[in-house]
Amino acid sequence: MKGYTLSRREKKNLARILVSLALFAALFIADKIVVLGNVFQGPFAWLFPFALYLAVYLLIGYDVLWRAARNIVRGQVFDENFLMCLATLGAFALAIYRGVTGQEIEGFDEACAVLLFYQVGEFFQSYATGKSRRSISALMDIRPDYANVKRGGVVETVDPSQVQVGEVIVVNPGEKVPLDGTVIAGAASLDTKALTGESLPREVAAGGEVVSGCVNLTSQIEVRVEKTFYDSTVSKILDLVENAAEQKSKTENFITRFAKYYTPAVVIVAVLLAVVPSLVTGAWSVWVYRALSFLVVSCPCALVISIPLSFFAGIGAASRCGILIKGSNYLEKFNKARTFVFDKTGTLTKGNFAVTGVYPPENRAEILRLAAIAESDSSHPIAKSIVACYGKTPETGYTLTNIAGEGVQARRGDDEILCGNEKLMQSRGIACVRPEGAGTVVYVARGNRFVGSVLVSDEPKEESKEVLSALHGMGCRTVMLTGDNEQIAARVAAELGVSDYKASLLPQDKVAEVEKLLSEKPAKESLCFVGDGINDAPVLMRADIGIAMGGIGSDAAIEASDIVLMQDDLRGLPLAKRIAKKTMAVVFENIVFSLAVKAIILILSAVGLTNMWVAVFGDVGVAVLAILNAMRVNGDYRKKTATLPPQAAAEE
Amino acid sequence: MKKVFKMQDLDCANCAAKMERAINKIDGVHAASVSFMMQRLSVDADDERFDEIVKEIVKVCSRVEPDCRILV
Repeated sequence: MKGYTLSRREKKNLARILVSLALFAALFIADKIVVLGNVFQGPFAWLFPFALYLAVYLLIGYDVLWRAARNIVRGQVFDENFLMCLATLGAFALAIYRGVTGQEIEGFDEACAVLLFYQVGEFFQSYATGKSRRSISALMDIRPDYANVKRGGVVETVDPSQVQVGEVIVVNPGEKVPLDGTVIAGAASLDTKALTGESLPREVAAGGEVVSGCVNLTSQIEVRVEKTFYDSTVSKILDLVENAAEQKSKTENFITRFAKYYTPAVVIVAVLLAVVPSLVTGAWSVWVYRALSFLVVSCPCALVISIPLSFFAGIGAASRCGILIKGSNYLEKFNKARTFVFDKTGTLTKGNFAVTGVYPPENRAEILRLAAIAESDSSHPIAKSIVACYGKTPETGYTLTNIAGEGVQARRGDDEILCGNEKLMQSRGIACVRPEGAGTVVYVARGNRFVGSVLVSDEPKEESKEVLSALHGMGCRTVMLTGDNEQIAARVAAELGVSDYKASLLPQDKVAEVEKLLSEKPAKESLCFVGDGINDAPVLMRADIGIAMGGIGSDAAIEASDIVLMQDDLRGLPLAKRIAKKTMAVVFENIVFSLAVKAIILILSAVGLTNMWVAVFGDVGVAVLAILNAMRVNGDYRKKTATLPPQAAAEE
Repeated sequence: MKKVFKMQDLDCANCAAKMERAINKIDGVHAASVSFMMQRLSVDADDERFDEIVKEIVKVCSRVEPDCRILV
């Protein structure tokens, strides 16, 4: 319970509850020993215990009474406060009736206790939700409060939103990086834990990119701002987390719909229970008492509070592991995910392509020069690797045209360079030679004449195999989509052990392929698409659940996807799956448990096998247990990863 | 237009659900969601009448739970 302090209102309430509890206990024990109703004799003997219990009742319940009065004036008949007051005041009335008619004086304690325990329950609910809320808000700590911006040689402290792109900011040790940018001076270790859940600090030096929300651990750095605050990673993440609860799960909607009918239904049954059997038997006080017990359990709060709390805890637990989930509906759907579709490049493989051969070798310099010109503007990893291999700044002045799924055309006057795959060459009728070796081949032609080819290879990520087999172990099917040719796809698929693969896909084919898979799967299951967010936004949106990898720095991916793995690590997938499973299990337990207990109390009350004490304990007890159960979701799931079979641990 | 409001002292989960239903019934509101956990209300409503609708929302919510305030 560390890190959570009660608000002033909660402290006041707690004090009131404790004092009332003590007074009630004293009164109750005194009543049992000396029987307060017998202290005075005569027809008004009931007044003495009544006055004492009423005092405690008013102390603990004045706010409930006040709210009830106010809400009933506003026409809220099914207001919980009102129903609770009706039940307790009704119990008082019955006790007074007993006193006046000379029966045994009892029942005042009960009326008082019901309201007291109701308040205890309310307090606990408020405490638990407040605590849970705050543990999620810890994530909000990434919001930077200020930026030190260099203006005219002086460092000014301003609001991060006031800083323009291109300005230079200074980040001192212990401060948060307020905006995304590039380091221009200094070197430091950055703590990215709040963003990614990764505990190892990240080293940056001049030329390196920094992401807002990280904390500078070591020494001062100067950063050139590349994005305004609104576009910075930290704003995107905060937006996402704050809006997470907007997308409600089916279960939550079911519960609120259920609650809408539950309270009126119970109240109507209570009225019938009070009137009908009484008219038949004439035993009014018996049946009115049973009806009042109904009102005590008429509040659906245990359910209504514990379900969103469970989801919220699940989203919170995930975000602590660097997995951002955009809404509880996605958590719900993710639990049903049985098909995982992966983009190959950058997702299953590292995507850090490297040029592994240039053919024919004697023309290496010229081929790379031409290829670099054509690929100079592309963010595709293959293009980047070619430019990197060229090593110099590519010539400019060419107009670059992207030919989807085929390659790039670079034109300057009559000079035309074509750079792309076999399809591009075939469509232009250029004869080309495929070099030996596995990997992606980029063919280069100039003026419709074949110049040579560049062989680029990619390697699988270390964790891909382990993650795929973990997903298979959870009964999921995995499909790899790639734009690469059959040969490469087959090799990578075999190496990683994916269940299925589709090769030679154009970007638009990926959407079609996902649609086909969507139509094949059973309606109850859901399909995830996992991509790195580069060029696959349409697929991310089309899939039931779009999962983007390495959210840092790719705001397009954050927007298009439903779940973001902030760390570029696939192990987040089985982790998220475990969290989703646990959350849904707890949600299910809470629904069944709460409904069952309420139903039992209702039945027992109706047949008179129980009293109001049991009803209020049942009601409040269920709420408390459901909340405690919901909080179980909020554990640390990474610890369990450490206890994987030794073989998996050894591979790491 | 879509806008998010913070809510203060939203104490009861069932009230949040009641508010959400009531707000969704207001004419001109396309979609509204009250999150009890985040203490947040998000509304998507007609642009032209937005301010008017917000006033209506405040009224509706104070009828359900008078203690709760919407921070406009």
